[in-house]
Amino acid sequence: MIKGGFKGKLLRVNLTTKEVKSEALNEEWAKKYLGGRGYGTRLMLEEIDPKVDPLSEENKVIFATGPLDGTLAPSSGRTMVITKGPLNGAIASSNAGGHFGPALKHAGYDMIVVEGKSSEPVYIWINKGKVEIRFAREIWGKLADESDELIREQTHPLAETMTIGPAGEKLSRISSVMFNGHRASGRTGVGAAVGSKNLKGIAVRGNEDTTVADPEAFMKAVYKARDILSKDAFAGQGAAMLGTAMLVNVINGVGGLPTNNAQDAFFPEANKISGETLRENHLIRNEGCAECPIACGRVTVVKSGPYKGNIGGGPEYESIWSFGAMCGVSDLDAVISANHLCDKYGIDTISLGSTIACAMELYEKGYMPKEDAPFELRFGSGEAMLKAVELACKQEGDFGKLLAQGSYRFAEHYGHPELSMSAKKQEFPAYDPRAIKGMGLEYATSNRGACHVRGYGTAVEVLGDADQYAYEGKAALIKTLQDLTAALDSSGICLFTTFGLSANELAEMVSTATGFPIDAQEFMKIGERIWNIEKIFNLKAGFTRQDDTLPPRILSEPIKTGPSKGHVEELGKMLDEYYQLRGWDKNSVPTDEKLKELEVQILK
Amino acid sequence: MRVLMLDQAKCTGCRACEYACSFEHTGKFNPLDSRIKVNEFWEDLTFVPSVCLQCERAYCEEVCPTSALTKNPETGVVELEKEKCIGCKQCIVACPWGSIKLDHTGKEVIKCDNCGGDPACIKVCYPDALSYEEVEDITNVKVLETATRLKEIAKDLVKGGA
Ligand code: SF4
Ligand code: SF4
Repeated sequence: MIKGGFKGKLLRVNLTTKEVKSEALNEEWAKKYLGGRGYGTRLMLEEIDPKVDPLSEENKVIFATGPLDGTLAPSSGRTMVITKGPLNGAIASSNAGGHFGPALKHAGYDMIVVEGKSSEPVYIWINKGKVEIRFAREIWGKLADESDELIREQTHPLAETMTIGPAGEKLSRISSVMFNGHRASGRTGVGAAVGSKNLKGIAVRGNEDTTVADPEAFMKAVYKARDILSKDAFAGQGAAMLGTAMLVNVINGVGGLPTNNAQDAFFPEANKISGETLRENHLIRNEGCAECPIACGRVTVVKSGPYKGNIGGGPEYESIWSFGAMCGVSDLDAVISANHLCDKYGIDTISLGSTIACAMELYEKGYMPKEDAPFELRFGSGEAMLKAVELACKQEGDFGKLLAQGSYRFAEHYGHPELSMSAKKQEFPAYDPRAIKGMGLEYATSNRGACHVRGYGTAVEVLGDADQYAYEGKAALIKTLQDLTAALDSSGICLFTTFGLSANELAEMVSTATGFPIDAQEFMKIGERIWNIEKIFNLKAGFTRQDDTLPPRILSEPIKTGPSKGHVEELGKMLDEYYQLRGWDKNSVPTDEKLKELEVQILK
Repeated sequence: MRVLMLDQAKCTGCRACEYACSFEHTGKFNPLDSRIKVNEFWEDLTFVPSVCLQCERAYCEEVCPTSALTKNPETGVVELEKEKCIGCKQCIVACPWGSIKLDHTGKEVIKCDNCGGDPACIKVCYPDALSYEEVEDITNVKVLETATRLKEIAKDLVKGGA
């Protein structure tokens, strides 16, 4: 019996047969994997062949909440999108904040499993447990925020929405899924998975309570957690003041800001695109996802110049970096405009900025015929960067179409895949592994392709007291953070809470919400279990040890200037130790003993 | 007397206040049972919390046929006596602000009672968009804000004159 946290029901919508059914949550899975990423991955392993084409009818897309969504737990508005990733074919999960997750719980469901493929554009309307599949002919082609408005007009003004933009419709492999028109599940190309099903959006509204197993103990844990967070230097102070963009000067200050397609890791003009400058010149207000005491979200506007009046959410640190330093651009107006455009079209800012940087290098080095670029594609030009963003968003011309498929496919097209700054074809974000060693191991081993939110080493290596250049201890650190993050992603709250909260506080909230006996140790074990089943999915999909690697530049080209000058990343110094700690063999395959210990042996 | 103050400019739209309110009154989480409501205008990403203003001349009280609603002269709170309420919804029609409402079942009238003097909503509002303050202090703050702006102008004027 589900005692609390979960609603205990999932919704299955088959877009081929238009069949809709509600079914009971598998309690054993809920105990072993919680919700979100964990449960979703377990379901994918059960129900699809990991070898299927991510854009085919056989792939599924799951929108999942965790047991803490829809409660007062801090930052508990996350919705996880789980699918086989269009960008690289690995198991993908990408989450966003906002209010969709809690609304889904109030509508009576823990998750939605979307199957099949509609013959024409549709959206799903879930109202107080009742489900309709509606035609979306007039909404198809509209921007993500316009679609949000239109769908709310046609359903209910207070509905919470998921929508994709034109990028997802046109199956861009770096397209995102947007919540409330402006919160992005950006990575792994989830927008294309939704687009391939001819699904334009989902609107949800409900009136049910969410309850927890032990209300009194739960609220005690919640208030404790909120208190810790509000006092934390990063989560409580820095992020509220400057947003995640506070990291621009911090990371550049330690020589770890990849610049000009990571030809360097120090950007002399960083201050022009910093959180401080953003606050001074562009910030209108802070925005918080559901129940969030941190409110790192920004609402910004461009006040003058050619991009005047451009208003929207963000930009986050990562987006500022990808359109800024990575492209050598110090024009914050252009960076903000690029970010807002990406949100409207539903395309991942990290991947797109990095793809444009990759194109700039190919262009400057003469690897790409000049006539293939519609304009001069030079590092440092905000104008060129923004024009490229526009073409990619609209997928105009061969150039725009190719950009929209990500840097790996772009660089491969011109015979230089090594210039794509990616791992498993996914662009890495704003931390140079040559300067922050653990991040390299994280990028290389991340199950969904390079990413910073699958074990955020930077929190300890730069913001904490570990040595950023040391290799010792990093394998253990990254493993621990990966496990912690996997469990956290399955509980429904935001990764940023880990700046202040440890497994203890997290486990306390999850156990009092669900009634499952979960202490810190069990919480970490759940995380490890999730990490292992993701790995199993990838092995079945055809990934091997060879895929756990980084671009050759990172492994062999020393950083040229700045505080980390001369460094390369020696991944080999960490990788074997990492596999060993994971209980995997040299080929990155989990051993039988490990799987037995984690009680997932049947899956291999 | 203390009142609940709202500062729209500071609200981040997190809705923690709604959850804290509903839990305080029902032990469950349901924004529909919250006495405070955060309105969002996604087109310009603006958030506006609204709550009962405990009116001096409370229309809800005036129209209530059973005197279930009465203004407490000591606390200033317009109190709802559940037992007397017959659920006719006249108060809902009469309130100019939409601040008195039905709970999620659509049957029970609910309204803000300042949590008996210790409002739950303000405890979770980290950006201080909500506060519970003495009435006199609120006007003081506003006067000071205006005066500070005028001070800056005055300083500029001096500069211009020199
Ligand atoms: S808790 Fe404060 S910031 Fe959050 S929605 Fe309520 S009034 Fe706004
Ligand atoms: S419910 Fe409406 S009319 Fe009654 S006191 Fe509150 S704001 Fe005034």
